[in-house]
Amino acid sequence: MNLTRRKSELVKEFSPMLEKTSTLSKIWIWSLVAIILVGAYALFLQIYEGQSVTGMRDNVVWGIYTVNFIFFLGMGYAGAFISSVLHFIKTPWKNSVSRIVEITTVLSIVIGPVFILLCIYRLDRLHYLFMYPRIQSPITWDVIAVITDLIGCILYLYLTFIPDLAILRDSDNLKVPKWKKKMYRYLAIGYQNTDEQKEKLHKITKTMSVIVIALAIVAYTILAWVFSLTLQPGWNSTIFAPYFIVSGLYTGVAVIILVMYLIRKHLKLEKHIRKVHFIFAGVILLILSLLFGYFTFSEYFPKWFSHKASDTNLLNTLFSNYFWMFIIANYGAVLLPLIIISFKKLRTIKLITLTAVIAIFCLWLNRYLIIIPTLETPYLPIQDTRPEYVHYTATWVEWALTFTGVAAFCLLFTLLIKFVPVIPMSGIIDNETDQNKKKRRFKKTITE
Amino acid sequence: MEKNKNEKSSTNRRNFLKLGLMSSVTAVAGASLISNLASEEELKASGEKVRLLTPDGKVVEVDATNINNYPEAHITPAEARKGIPNRKFVMVIDLAKCKNARKCVEGCQKGHKLDHGEEFMKVQLIQDNPEAEPYWFPKNCMHCDEPPCVTVCPTGATFKRDDNIVLVDTDRCIGCKFCITSCPYSARQFNWEHKAKYDDKSQPYSPETSVPGAEGTVIKCDFCPDMLRQGKLPHCAQSCPMGVIYFGDKNEDIVTNGEETVRFSQLIKDRAGYRHLEHLGTKPNVYYLPPVNKQFPLERGFDIDEEIIERYKDVPYVQELKKQGKL
Repeated sequence: MNLTRRKSELVKEFSPMLEKTSTLSKIWIWSLVAIILVGAYALFLQIYEGQSVTGMRDNVVWGIYTVNFIFFLGMGYAGAFISSVLHFIKTPWKNSVSRIVEITTVLSIVIGPVFILLCIYRLDRLHYLFMYPRIQSPITWDVIAVITDLIGCILYLYLTFIPDLAILRDSDNLKVPKWKKKMYRYLAIGYQNTDEQKEKLHKITKTMSVIVIALAIVAYTILAWVFSLTLQPGWNSTIFAPYFIVSGLYTGVAVIILVMYLIRKHLKLEKHIRKVHFIFAGVILLILSLLFGYFTFSEYFPKWFSHKASDTNLLNTLFSNYFWMFIIANYGAVLLPLIIISFKKLRTIKLITLTAVIAIFCLWLNRYLIIIPTLETPYLPIQDTRPEYVHYTATWVEWALTFTGVAAFCLLFTLLIKFVPVIPMSGIIDNETDQNKKKRRFKKTITE
Repeated sequence: MEKNKNEKSSTNRRNFLKLGLMSSVTAVAGASLISNLASEEELKASGEKVRLLTPDGKVVEVDATNINNYPEAHITPAEARKGIPNRKFVMVIDLAKCKNARKCVEGCQKGHKLDHGEEFMKVQLIQDNPEAEPYWFPKNCMHCDEPPCVTVCPTGATFKRDDNIVLVDTDRCIGCKFCITSCPYSARQFNWEHKAKYDDKSQPYSPETSVPGAEGTVIKCDFCPDMLRQGKLPHCAQSCPMGVIYFGDKNEDIVTNGEETVRFSQLIKDRAGYRHLEHLGTKPNVYYLPPVNKQFPLERGFDIDEEIIERYKDVPYVQELKKQGKL
């Protein structure tokens, strides 16, 4: 009896998010759609006129599409990792962020692979990957890993949605369109929150979260291998897989902090997303930034110290054409969190978010520095007079499609939290019943 | 007793092996029988008969469709995967003779219908250290025995044949460019957009000719197997006026530049032939003879287009020449 009342209370609290769309968010949605339309035109141009509209040429055959691919997938794998770890930690506050993490995960794993598709010229022959597969190729491994991971993460996200979908289905006074109600009914697959169902769902979710952690590690390792298994001086590195995983986790945490901040601000969820979340995430960000700095140093220091000709060439490229980018990427992603988050006084929500935003930018630059300077510095010197064959510069088409990816991420996120509350209601109820039980047990022990 | 047991088990093993061998033989025989039947079915007689002389002097009458007009026969992508039987092709490039005449580049471009800027054969100017004099370095695909490009291809569009040649099947290529990033010799190029020449279907596509090209696929030096089938040298070796490029068969231990024919093993031994980037373990099939006792002064190579000279602007030697006003 008490439970049903609490449920309807929560639905009432969160229903404005699901029922109404404010003018501001309408503007937000339409400007995202506008960016995506520009991207669609750029995509049309690239397909119609060929990849000569991009900055990619014979030496730098992979440009910012690949950078974005690594960036988004890293974010996704990190999200999967974090949400699964959260699942095992028993604290009341994790509930407020768990859905944000899960949605971030799935969306970035959906959007990431689109960027690698933009890199492949003959999309009309994409089915050849399955018709004539060669298991020796790291790309085949990557295709298998990404698809498995995508399915795993979507399943996991869906499992965490079920109890809330059931609550939404059962609340009659929710004013949402009929199709949404139908969707709730259909997607809740008859979940009635009985003890047996609860137990089952809990078990499955737990198993899935273990699987998702494993999948994330395997899939991101394979992605790192796509580069480190080649003979290229900047890529053929034994620490690439753990380096990628650490920088992926770092990106993921930074993006989650930013999303948390935006959602808290815009949806007025100060009650649920509190300072403790930011401080906890900030401390993790600090640890990861130190690890990231350690890996970056371990990656470049031996190259500089042992000065093999091919490595020296790469370092020369990094310290000439890419000097500022190299400095900003490493200082911003390593030193800034150290300065801001180490001091207790500076640990404010705004400053932590600012650190996260700068870290995101620097980590993107870090991926750029891994991909492009390496391709510009092959074993045999590039002797060409066509400037675009010597240096890579991304064209507007590539930038438009990059921003389309970001816009698609924001748009899908916005639409998804219009469908299901961004704070899991079932989680709040579970926490409260847990606390009540504890209180009762406490009382019992005292009276006894 | 013990011995008996052992014997029994060994005969068992032998029987098992025999059985395995037998069954595989029947499987192969069956498969070839089926494929023969299938190919016979495909060739419907046209009714037009042609009289031919066999090698032992008999005149036979065969159906016109059965004639394979070898060696100009069209080699389909499937056939191109097999390679020319009993051959192991190698190339030897004599750096002492090269004067950057660029005839190899032009011959190759003509033979493969390549545009300006599309070069399977590139002539680079390499200066190994500040003290050494630079040398002209013609570079094509090394047709490695451990080709990194082939290992990474997700669809098998690029493949290694029994005759040492690494080819690209542009009908199969999806344009992911992974092979380009994995080639340490930068031997591969990409068709970044559609060109009118790809529509010219007067010549059926074969990986052995790399013609006609296709947009969004990878291209590279193919060692001209179509020429080899006709018993001719590749375009580059044919067009070099200095006889820099030797081509031949490792099985026969013979290479030729069209003028002189020499023992491959002897040439490599005598002239200290080496392979480029040996330490990477790619095992190339293009050998280089070091640029010692050069036949032409290096400057002869600068007798070319301004645009091509511009390519070498980063070489310290060229910068020095420019400073002295000699270029």
